[in-house]
Amino acid sequence: MGKTLIEVVNLVKYFAVYTRGILLRRKIGDVHAVDDVSLKIEEGENLGLVGETGCGKTTLGKTILNLIEPDSGKVYFEGLDVYETLRSGPEEKKKYLRRSMQMIFQNPYGSLDPRMTVYDIISEPFVIHRHIPRDEWEERVYSLLRLVGLEDYHAERYPHEFSGGQRQRISIARALATDPKFIVADEPVSSLDVSVRAQVLTLLENLQKEKKISFLYISHDLSSVRQITQSVAVMYLGKIFEYGPTDEIFEEPLNPYTIALLSAIPVPDPERKINRIVLPGDVPSPINPPSGCRFHPRCPWATEKCKKEEPELREVRKGHFVACHYAENFMKGEKPLPTVQQ
Amino acid sequence: MGEEILRVENLKTYFFTEAGVVKAVDGVSFSVYEGEPLGIVGETGSGKTVTSLSIMRIVPPPGKIISGRIIYRGEDLLEKSEDEMRKIRGKKIAIVFQDPNSSLDPLFTVESQLNEVIMAHLKVTKQEARNRALELLKMVRIPDPEARLKAYPHELSGGMRQRVAIARALANEPDILIADEPTTNLDVTIQAQIIELLKELQSKLKMTLIMITHDMGLVAETTKRVVVLYAGSVAEIAPTNEIFKSMRHPYTAALLKAVPRIDRRKELKPIPGSIPNLIDPPSGCRFHPRCPYVIQRCIEEVPELEFTDQRAVACHRWKELSLKGE
Ligand SMILES: Nc1ncnc2c1ncn2[C@@H]1O[C@H](COP(=O)(O)OP(=O)(O)OP(=O)(O)O)[C@@H](O)[C@H]1O
Ligand code: SF4
Ligand SMILES: [Mg+2]
Repeated sequence: MGKTLIEVVNLVKYFAVYTRGILLRRKIGDVHAVDDVSLKIEEGENLGLVGETGCGKTTLGKTILNLIEPDSGKVYFEGLDVYETLRSGPEEKKKYLRRSMQMIFQNPYGSLDPRMTVYDIISEPFVIHRHIPRDEWEERVYSLLRLVGLEDYHAERYPHEFSGGQRQRISIARALATDPKFIVADEPVSSLDVSVRAQVLTLLENLQKEKKISFLYISHDLSSVRQITQSVAVMYLGKIFEYGPTDEIFEEPLNPYTIALLSAIPVPDPERKINRIVLPGDVPSPINPPSGCRFHPRCPWATEKCKKEEPELREVRKGHFVACHYAENFMKGEKPLPTVQQ
Repeated sequence: MGEEILRVENLKTYFFTEAGVVKAVDGVSFSVYEGEPLGIVGETGSGKTVTSLSIMRIVPPPGKIISGRIIYRGEDLLEKSEDEMRKIRGKKIAIVFQDPNSSLDPLFTVESQLNEVIMAHLKVTKQEARNRALELLKMVRIPDPEARLKAYPHELSGGMRQRVAIARALANEPDILIADEPTTNLDVTIQAQIIELLKELQSKLKMTLIMITHDMGLVAETTKRVVVLYAGSVAEIAPTNEIFKSMRHPYTAALLKAVPRIDRRKELKPIPGSIPNLIDPPSGCRFHPRCPYVIQRCIEEVPELEFTDQRAVACHRWKELSLKGE
């Protein structure tokens, strides 16, 4: 394993929610979007971030980049305190941070200015960051276009002239223009056609391998997470429930939520035996989450203890962290816990 | 296999837009057998939804069914009057959409929406209708059904709404249920609930189910036969347990190689290019600009859908290619 690129320490972000209406707005609670999250991303490694709607994936990604201000906690980039530096650090460090950390979004339509040509879109970061001499801009734009699988003549066109997959390539090229080391990719393939997704996924795979860029790959598509990440963090209502090496977690998940989540995905193999754990109830609202383990109302194995005591995220195996009182019982070869009927 | 219950023959449904004629469904043919779960799989814009809207005869303007036949129990639905269709829609053939909001009316309670379909086709009293509504909610496993009868759609979660939409579709015990991407907009754990529910209902009621999806995993899990659509035409039809190992159409093979799997890491092989524009689709085989096996003939001549031993394929070269799964 290489050096640590990103370290997230006890990050917290709540959003207050109020009753509707202008007069007499009352606070009804807090959305626990990011609730004491700690993570590490190694240099050149991709971390997948998975979980269902509203569990805080996007907020976590944006907070790491300081696009959303955290309530508390710290983020380090190459050991540099990100929030501290951006607030009061020396100018050149600020610039370095802004350039080194980028984000790409789910919707390649919304994130590209329709009035700008592809050339202008990709070269805009050069204008902003001034990290490359002017006479090299043109050369760089074309090499970025080629890098993401587009061609030189595309430079003079406008975003609406491209397909969804091509637009996502343009936004990737733009993110790459600052020479980043870390990119938060928030559902970058969800809006693309199935056959085009693979094009963008392999592009991300290659960028990681060849340019040593690390991605925080946010997705609810677990199959693509398995494909392009080395580690994975599973989030449920703002908390990390399981975190560790991707293959290990997909082969042997040790948190009941991860177990259920992975078992929910249909496999393209008609002969495979289906061993599914169907969770009862709905994905709960992250406003004022349940007591104890916040998953206990849906967990088939919940006990009295789970209702009262919140499990800590603990290291159950080297590098494999699980937040469940009974993680050890789910290891292969252990006697499984009896399930509780809900 | 049961008897043939529905046969779609050379269906063409076009949209007459300002930009041009969109050949959304262009010569689609397949059969559905009584009691089977059939899959229709394809990417965005391949014509899955337009095919199902055509079967129900609810294609919205500027769309129009141009030609073809849709034979339901021996009778051509395209020859029926609107009055006759009304007796078939919902009663004989029902549909559940991807977005449950398009199956449900936001202004009415669950009870009145269910009553509406129950009373449209059956002579029943209010009380009988209510009992039937409760029974339906129980069948789709909605907790606390009495209370839910009084709820409005917006008071229910997405998963619950989809259950109500399924209950509504099943109200008159239709012959055929078309489920058009019934889980696509739902969270993973809720998807699992709906998949299990549909599987259970299908086997319990021996229901003829047409499962429309873009997900080969869902095809593997929920269907016995599958129709693969590409750009408004049928690429291939095959039993589900054969198609994953011995597909005959290059598109099917390419699609499987291009999707990641949950059960292992693999080498992803993207399909080059993008799905074609259906106003001006490629000549000959519509897959030819992206096909690794293209020859001159593919560019010039549209491949016919050839039927052999329970399978069908539209590719000039299928006999000489021996395509394999992953
Ligand atoms: N109202 C409409 N006006 C014009 N074109 C339409 C209309 N409805 C559908 N189409 C076109 O018909 C083609 C087939 O669309 P259809 O909705 O059947 O695809 P689908 O396979 O259901 O895709 P998806 O996976 O996105 O649901 C597409 O090219 C689409 O743009
Ligand atoms: S007909 Fe030709 S282009 Fe079409 S799928 Fe077959 S080999 Fe490929
Ligand atoms: Mg559709």
